[in-house]
Amino acid sequence: MYLVVEQLLNGLQFGLLLFLLAAGLTLVFGIMDFVNLAHGSLYMMGAYFAATFVAWTGSFVLGALMALGATLLLGIVLEYVALRHLYGRGHLDQVLATFGLILFFNDAVRLIWGPAGLALPLPAWLTVPVQIIPGVYYPAYRLMIIAVALAVAAMLYLVVMRTRVGMLIRAGASNREMIGALGINIKLLFTLVFGLGAALAGLAGLMQAPILTVQIGMGENILILAFVIIVIGGIGSIRGAFMAAIFVGIIDTMGRAFLPDLLRKVLSGAAASTAAPALSSMLIYLLMAIILVLRPEGLFPAAKR
Amino acid sequence: MMPKLNASNAVAALMCAALILLPVYSAATGNIFILTLFTRITIYALAAASLNLIMGYGGMMSFGHAAYLGIGGYAVGILAAEGIGSGFIQWPVALVVSALFALLIGALSLRTRGVYFIMITLAFAQMAYYVASALSRYGGDDGLTVYKRSDFAGLINLSDRNQFYYLCLACLFGGLYLIWRIVNSRFGLVVQGVRSNEQRMQAIGFHANRYRLVCFVIAGTICGLAGALLANNTDFVSPAVMYWTRSGDLMVMVILGGMGSLFGPVVGAIVYLLLEELLSQFTEFSGLILGPVLLLIVLFARGGIMGLLGRMRRG
Repeated sequence: MYLVVEQLLNGLQFGLLLFLLAAGLTLVFGIMDFVNLAHGSLYMMGAYFAATFVAWTGSFVLGALMALGATLLLGIVLEYVALRHLYGRGHLDQVLATFGLILFFNDAVRLIWGPAGLALPLPAWLTVPVQIIPGVYYPAYRLMIIAVALAVAAMLYLVVMRTRVGMLIRAGASNREMIGALGINIKLLFTLVFGLGAALAGLAGLMQAPILTVQIGMGENILILAFVIIVIGGIGSIRGAFMAAIFVGIIDTMGRAFLPDLLRKVLSGAAASTAAPALSSMLIYLLMAIILVLRPEGLFPAAKR
Repeated sequence: MMPKLNASNAVAALMCAALILLPVYSAATGNIFILTLFTRITIYALAAASLNLIMGYGGMMSFGHAAYLGIGGYAVGILAAEGIGSGFIQWPVALVVSALFALLIGALSLRTRGVYFIMITLAFAQMAYYVASALSRYGGDDGLTVYKRSDFAGLINLSDRNQFYYLCLACLFGGLYLIWRIVNSRFGLVVQGVRSNEQRMQAIGFHANRYRLVCFVIAGTICGLAGALLANNTDFVSPAVMYWTRSGDLMVMVILGGMGSLFGPVVGAIVYLLLEELLSQFTEFSGLILGPVLLLIVLFARGGIMGLLGRMRRG
């Protein structure tokens, strides 16, 4: 029972982290109609910046904040220099160009930080286990991830639904040409949205960094998961991304935790130990395939343009 | 019909001649490396050409095409590991399994369009990747060594460098000829018609998805052949062959060379793999140059290299 609670929390934490990544992706996709494969690279850069700045300043919080600023800046520069010229192009051109950026960032990281992974150590106050319900302890750091991600999600909701900039973002998502024609500086808006997406990816990367090692290519696997989420949730919908992210996070974590035991009850030991890892890794893709076969436009299809 | 003489046709003809004469050059100069490099390039060119059939002519943006490379490769590797070394069994199995896989995922994926199609093909390829990683009997994550290349009963010796190169080249030319015939047939015209306007083709009575599916299966089968060649070339097959970045590589080759042009993917494969190889000779960080080059090509050379050549002709 305790194990189930713990794994549920792990799933929630992973899902919220995925949401941070997917939110930026779905905003950029929904508003600029831009497929950004390099989003995973921004996630990786966030983690590398954090590892560097934390080691440099000696403070986890300060280093994390600096890393956040650095990824925001990197996103804005990237958009300004290269990506804004690709908005009008087809998805394939965008895939090719941002695939090139992945190659670039991977080797840039290898040049600057070397091929070995980095570790981002946690400060002492974040490593203590916290008793959440009597008898169940949960790492403080993972609780902090949940809290930060929920706060960011709430803030994102407020910004998008309750402010003028958010209104422009939503208007841009439903009709880009029209809000340009109404005299809104659409280029600036796009740059801002891209920077915001980059910062969210960086935040996800730097928060994940202490749990996993910081390494080259860390963004590639998780990028595909983020794409799965925005496809399940319906492209351009932040609410859909939120629900899909938590759904995917929990299913993935629970599958990895409990599928091997479940399979062992049905299959022979050897067959189960072969099938379990494959099946639990495949679960998410299987889920997406089933959803797309049944609902070819995702679960929460965005309004027709 | 006599092809017109223009820049892109001239490049294609020169390229074919150079590919045919390459072993002569290699033997004359003793440069074995260039032969092994181009063996790999012809195999990837075949895979890219098959992707071009569905992407360039059929308008189906598959992001999971590398799955067939792995399936063809594993068909050869697994049969070899089980003691069945004959190519007359291995290769037909590789083709049939690839075709069946394409039929299955095509039938499901073709219900979706656009980005959703890109993502669902990617999802199926990732599933194949994880299945291969779990085959602990056949190496799992570490991959499977193919100790003996396919045996064709003395007809052709795959361990001979020159013979294997010409086999790969023959498969490439055969694949290109097949694609050329398909594209210019009634069937191919329907598929291209569906790409440009699906509703109109439906309205005049064509069952669009059936044509698409057949095209998808043909492309998967050709790529399965490339997979069988690849496993023989590297004497090794691993799940990494099916990872999504490899599918991305294939897409890059097609777009780089020129989508929807017969020789485009071949040019793309040659340029992409040569560039990667050359850059890795003098720098460890080839991506630092290759990445921005891809970006610049997208920004300034629409329609890929063949598109660029086509524009040269028009001046």
